Amino acid sequence: MFDYETLRCIWWLFLGVLLIGFAVMGGFDLGTAILLPFLGKTDTERRVIINSIGATWEGNQVWFVTAGGALFAAWPMAYSVAFSGFYFALLLTLFALMLRPLGFDYRSKLPSEKWRGNWDKALFVGGFVPALIFGVAFGNLLQGVPFHLDNDMRIFYDGSFWGLLNPFAIVAGLLSVAMLVMHGAAYLQIKTEGDIQQRCQKTVMLFATLTLVIFALAGVWIANIDGYAITSTLLHDAPSNPLNKVVEKTAGLWLRNYQTYPLLILIPSSAFMTGVSTLILSKQQYLKSAFISSSFTIAAIILTAGVSMFPFLIPSSINMNHSLTVWDASSSHTTLAIMFWVTVVFLPIIIVYTSWVFRVLSGKITLSHIQNNDHTAY
Amino acid sequence: MISEAVVDLSRWQFAATSLYHFLFVPLTLGLSFLLAIMESTYLMTGREIYKDMTQFWGKLFGINFALGVATGLTMEFEFGMNWSYFSHYVGDVFGAPLAIEGLMAFFLEATFVGLFFFGWDKLPKWQHLIVTWLVAFGTNLSALWILVANGWMQNPVGADFNYETMRMEVTHFSDLIFNPAAQVKFVHTVAAGYTTASAFVLGISAYYMLKGRDAAFARRSYTIAAGFGLAACLSVIVLGDESGYTDGEVQKAKLAAIEAEWHTEPPPASFTAIGIPDQDKMETTYAIKIPWVLGLIGTRSIDEPITGLTEILEKNRLRVREGVKAYGLLQKLRTGEKTPENIAEFNRYKKDLGYGLLLKRYTEKVTDATDAQIEAAAQYSIPRVVPLFWTFRIMVGCGFVTLGVFIWAMFASSIRRCRQTTLLKWSLYTIPLPWIACEMGWFVAEFGRQPWTIAEVLPTFLSASSLTEWDLYISLAGYISVYTVFLVIELFLMLKFIKLGPSSLHKGRYHFEIIAQEEGVSHV
Ligand code: HDD
Ligand code: HEM
Ligand code: HEM
Repeated sequence: MFDYETLRCIWWLFLGVLLIGFAVMGGFDLGTAILLPFLGKTDTERRVIINSIGATWEGNQVWFVTAGGALFAAWPMAYSVAFSGFYFALLLTLFALMLRPLGFDYRSKLPSEKWRGNWDKALFVGGFVPALIFGVAFGNLLQGVPFHLDNDMRIFYDGSFWGLLNPFAIVAGLLSVAMLVMHGAAYLQIKTEGDIQQRCQKTVMLFATLTLVIFALAGVWIANIDGYAITSTLLHDAPSNPLNKVVEKTAGLWLRNYQTYPLLILIPSSAFMTGVSTLILSKQQYLKSAFISSSFTIAAIILTAGVSMFPFLIPSSINMNHSLTVWDASSSHTTLAIMFWVTVVFLPIIIVYTSWVFRVLSGKITLSHIQNNDHTAY
Repeated sequence: MISEAVVDLSRWQFAATSLYHFLFVPLTLGLSFLLAIMESTYLMTGREIYKDMTQFWGKLFGINFALGVATGLTMEFEFGMNWSYFSHYVGDVFGAPLAIEGLMAFFLEATFVGLFFFGWDKLPKWQHLIVTWLVAFGTNLSALWILVANGWMQNPVGADFNYETMRMEVTHFSDLIFNPAAQVKFVHTVAAGYTTASAFVLGISAYYMLKGRDAAFARRSYTIAAGFGLAACLSVIVLGDESGYTDGEVQKAKLAAIEAEWHTEPPPASFTAIGIPDQDKMETTYAIKIPWVLGLIGTRSIDEPITGLTEILEKNRLRVREGVKAYGLLQKLRTGEKTPENIAEFNRYKKDLGYGLLLKRYTEKVTDATDAQIEAAAQYSIPRVVPLFWTFRIMVGCGFVTLGVFIWAMFASSIRRCRQTTLLKWSLYTIPLPWIACEMGWFVAEFGRQPWTIAEVLPTFLSASSLTEWDLYISLAGYISVYTVFLVIELFLMLKFIKLGPSSLHKGRYHFEIIAQEEGVSHV
């Protein structure tokens, strides 16, 4: 059907779709959880916030699980390097994410104030830590990861957990937190009313601004950190073997794709445009449009990172030639083709039934709703 | 080379986290179906009590489900974190069912489970029923795909080694799906889940009857659980026998180890019901043997032999030697001597490449392996008999006791005599047995595959990530502490709501609320 090179590009896009799917769908849950202790002043207000995502967060999180599965299936080497290299970062993310199913389901099952207060803290951690670490991980990918391979393709990682927390990565982490908080507030603004809604609106203003400022800062910074480029010939349809190329590393190389294809500049610029429009729409009470606009901001920011790095997936900072790229770290032609068809069939079905569920559960969560459903609401 | 300690710690960690995940999985698998059955009954009879049943057992389902999801995340991460060489070596094959599981099953169950809890007032009754069925369907689909992946590890069909990429790659995807090892695993495992959930509902309903509370509610739940559980438990046993038969075809060493079949007997082989196996002497003392039974179960015939461990060992010595040749040729191909002769030779020997890799445990230079090293590798290729022998018998024992209780419960329910104290007590105390059987079953399946992660393809000790011992001590300590806290919280909530019973629904018609109304105070 498709040749190997095309399929590799398609799978690069699919991975982007799944990651953006997670950032847009799971993202507002994470953002909302971060906002929980700040926007909810009383127990009932906090329950309003929790219940505005309580029935749907579970499905949203599957975008993340599936992105992990798809990375495994389509880019097994990248999955292996990223997950074993970022060992403790992932362990931390994992423990934080585990707090979420328990926090949502268990929090309101007992009336005790202490019990509920602790789960509120747990939910905050479950939102903040993953949001931060996802950004930090992207920040490290952009700088290159200290790994190399041996001739049997065994992976060796030479960095440490603390090495991940370098200044650029922390900026990327803050960008991730800021944009997800903006997104969460934009969503909450739709689902709530009164005081909470007003607090949400201020939050959107503040964090949309922060997102754009940090994004601009990261952009300037990227122009000055080392980027990577392949300097030898590399067949785009050869069997995946990341040992067969020569890679160079120089400051500014991450801007090369924009120099070759100037139209790509539209992606980062659209992040700015939609960021500003989120601000305005939220202020003018066009709540759904503000939420959609904020989704586009997130998508554009993630795409910017992806496009700057293309064709690199995980550059290696200590043995550049072993960097993993779209052309030499994928699954076989057969697997990519099978998974292509599975995705093309199932992704639209998922989108249809997810939309249906959101329609059924649409409408505002109010204080009186919580009081009337004291025993069934989260 | 990664150290033995790292491999052992990685194995302990995987075993602990997966067995822990499987504490919650069987209940989700079975309870989701029971909920769908109860709600269907509600729609057919129109009686509120069935709605109450769906909602009450649904509450317990929710408490369990949360931990199922939390611990499932670990599993998804762990292949990359702790088994990165494995993930590279077989990701092309193994990753696909995992990704399909996400797209096909996790999205379905996770999207609709929220609507199950929060959709009661927002949907017409029939639509809510469909939602409940979709959740049940989704959980079972997820079992299907993960077991396709796991079945492939036991019997790696439809894939081939590619020397250029240094990994296994898919050749026939349909073979993966129709893999006999995956199919029997799927049916045996989901039936085990149905059994577990039925025993859970049966036992707790029995507890209410013993306490003399909420009689109508308890009796109806009891009857549904007895019927569904009897069917499930019969299936799990019949399908377990089928698993044994499939092992005889595709995993001879595992079957021989489970049965402590040291030597090939003249067919039909006898079944060692119980005894004391001794790996060093390769014999079983105090064995009580039942003639013919093993031959019949293992081969479905009276004239085919069941291969014994001595004979398997004999064959594996040869395979290790062939594996040395395969490994040598692979090195030539990897360093660029890609002559057609080398490729043809390699293809001739590559089915034994895995056996060559076993030697890496004893020497870095596989091609110079000594006879002593080859002997050691061959010995290492045979699973340890004693743990398998006993865990298998515990599983089977639990299965038959559970079956007995279900038969009794079904019989008593059908003649409306289920309120005998002895039966109710047995029902209550049976609750843990299916869980024990499930955990033992996974131990048999996974430990019986050792020393391989992918049977006869990739040894376990090569599969681990290049981490340090300390990395693993820290993560293992993290998992143990977090999981212990979670388990305590979960059990606390579970027990609290079980004790409260349907009164926790606040419908005003159950035990504690009636008492509270009578006394004029609130207990709940
Ligand atoms: C036979 C069934 C079975 C088996 C062997 C496994 N699981 Fe599982 N898993 C389920 C059956 C299941 C389930 C019934 O679908 C769960 C359990 C409770 C739940 O909430 O869904 C689930 C949840 C669950 C989740 C969370 C899904 C969500 O977010 O909704 C993940 C990521 C995994 N599992 C992954 C795994 C992996 C990688 C396994 C392999 C080691 C594994 N599971 C073994
Ligand atoms: C939840 C159900 C499962 C349970 C209870 C379970 C149990 C176990 C146990 C007890 C071990 C340790 C064996 C040993 O080292 O002696 C193990 C290892 C392992 N299992 Fe499973 N397993 C489960 C599902 C799976 C599935 C579905 C897969 C693959 C899809 C899988 C892949 C592995 C791997 C990679 C190892 C590590 C290598 C090894 O030690 O064999 N497991 N599992
Ligand atoms: C009484 C008769 C039973 C027999 C003969 C039997 C047989 C088997 C065999 C041979 C295996 C290993 C399959 C393999 O590795 O290929 C297995 C695994 C397993 N058993 Fe059983 N079993 C029985 C009862 C039960 C019961 C009652 C339960 C739980 C309620 C159970 C749960 C499991 C599970 C979860 C596994 C691991 C998954 C798998 O490999 O299928 N079994 N069983």
